[in-house]
Amino acid sequence: MRRLLLFLLLLLSVGSIFFASATGSVSLGWGEWFSAIQNSDSQQGELVWRLRLPRAMAAWAVGAMLAMSGCLMQVLLRNPLADPYVLGVSGGAAFATLLGMVYGAAVFYLPWLALLGALVSVLIVFGLARGTGPWSGTRLLLTGVVTASGWAAMISLILSLSPDNSIRSMLFWLMGDLSYATLPPWSLLVLALCFILTLGLARSLNVLAMGETTARLLGEPTRNLLWLVYLLASVLTATAVSIAGSVGFVGLIVPHLMRMLVGSDHRILIPAATLFGGLFLVLSDTLARTVLSPQQLPVGVITALLGVPLFLLLLNRAKLKGV
Amino acid sequence: MTTLVCQSLDVSIADTTICSKLDLELAPGQFWGLLGPNGIGKTTLLKCMAGLSPADGGTVLLENQAIDKLPRRVIARLLGMLQQHTVYVFDASVLETALTGRHPHLGYWEREGANDKQKALEAIRIVDLEGFEARSVTGLSGGEARRLAFASLMVQEPAILLLDEPTNHLDMKHQIRIMNQVEMQVNEQQRCALTALHDVNLAARYCSHILMLFGDGEWQAGPVAELLNQETLEKLYQCPVESVQTSTGRRFLPGG
Repeated sequence: MRRLLLFLLLLLSVGSIFFASATGSVSLGWGEWFSAIQNSDSQQGELVWRLRLPRAMAAWAVGAMLAMSGCLMQVLLRNPLADPYVLGVSGGAAFATLLGMVYGAAVFYLPWLALLGALVSVLIVFGLARGTGPWSGTRLLLTGVVTASGWAAMISLILSLSPDNSIRSMLFWLMGDLSYATLPPWSLLVLALCFILTLGLARSLNVLAMGETTARLLGEPTRNLLWLVYLLASVLTATAVSIAGSVGFVGLIVPHLMRMLVGSDHRILIPAATLFGGLFLVLSDTLARTVLSPQQLPVGVITALLGVPLFLLLLNRAKLKGV
Repeated sequence: MTTLVCQSLDVSIADTTICSKLDLELAPGQFWGLLGPNGIGKTTLLKCMAGLSPADGGTVLLENQAIDKLPRRVIARLLGMLQQHTVYVFDASVLETALTGRHPHLGYWEREGANDKQKALEAIRIVDLEGFEARSVTGLSGGEARRLAFASLMVQEPAILLLDEPTNHLDMKHQIRIMNQVEMQVNEQQRCALTALHDVNLAARYCSHILMLFGDGEWQAGPVAELLNQETLEKLYQCPVESVQTSTGRRFLPGG
């Protein structure tokens, strides 16, 4: 039953990428799409192969990474409200990227700046929260949240000092935008490696979700495990943010939706959330490209507009069932 | 045979000494009760004996090896502890939660087999949660969550059981049910248990040995017949105690 669901999600994921590559300001029928796929030199082939497919795949990867990171963060902080950005990873990325924009860095360099900013933020939080004592989730949370506030202040500073004409692209980045997204091959490697590692930790995550002491009593060396979970979540978030900016809500809502659907066993939750996160962002981005076409919206707006009512609806239904 | 030994163990928390130079051997077939007034450090001592927090001096030996040198996974196969509080944040099912007891016994990629599931179902039946298998743990009452935590511990099958007030939140029926289960495990499977209790009469009914913590590091340990009497209890709880003879043995009431 659960395997069937995973298979279904996989099919839908692949299907959504094809769908996204056929949909847009120039919509392709199945026949046109098929010939475009076969003939990449034609104008439509160019459109599909060079523009839409890379963007759809970037969307999928970003959604998958954010959803996985959300699952990890929620266990790490043992709080169902945690999302990938709560510890300031996206703040660091945003600050570095915006600074790059201010100084006119080429678009090509922006993802690298984002990655750098995110990693610097991770190192700051890691270094300050680590200390020598036992693991302290509270200390990590406080350090992360305060660091995030620091980044937010710097971002506001940059925004208030920037000329009006550059503010628009900055806002798009801050809301999460896939317009210029490309999917570098190394990020797929990051995704694959983190996925395998996380899946290998899945049963440990189940135990960790019951609390650190319980996990230790059940045989987990929690100090190392928790730092590993933190690093995995951070690397995933940093990579996602470097590709698409801080797309909101995916990392918070997708893990929850999947919990309602498949339960809290991470051996099924992790793959389900990963697949659904990708699927969700591909569809959101397709909507972002088409709903006010030719105008393009930042995908972050769509994820929030779709995610919030969907989530509230399902939460309400779940309550009625008495779950 | 698995034993847990404390050798001249010093444990303290903040400025309070919980026990000094504690020598204790928990041997198979023994059911120890840990008695002491509120805040005297019973939980801290249990945590120290489980290797969760370091001692100030002395050693805890699990199967003749210093517990702080053993990997947690090895410890978890031999020693289990029921914590005083059980809070479930994420809604796993009752069955999944009971199955977590198998965690230290399974390999890295291994999944729970039919045998593991059988053990979990049996433990759920023992704690009287039959029919709750598919329920979410976040919807359980305090007493039910407590019983589920005990069920997970049964599924873990440790030879040494450290129980921190296992009868908290439980009604009389389930107090007896849990204590009977511990007693059975101790007697029939040659395990040993150390149980922090506030109910002196449960200790009198079930325990074979008693460890008393008086505060300021003072302690006393021995067979229940030697230690559990009006005099020591009055000293322990600093209040008058009345001793009565009942059909099942000596029992203690708060005196006037």
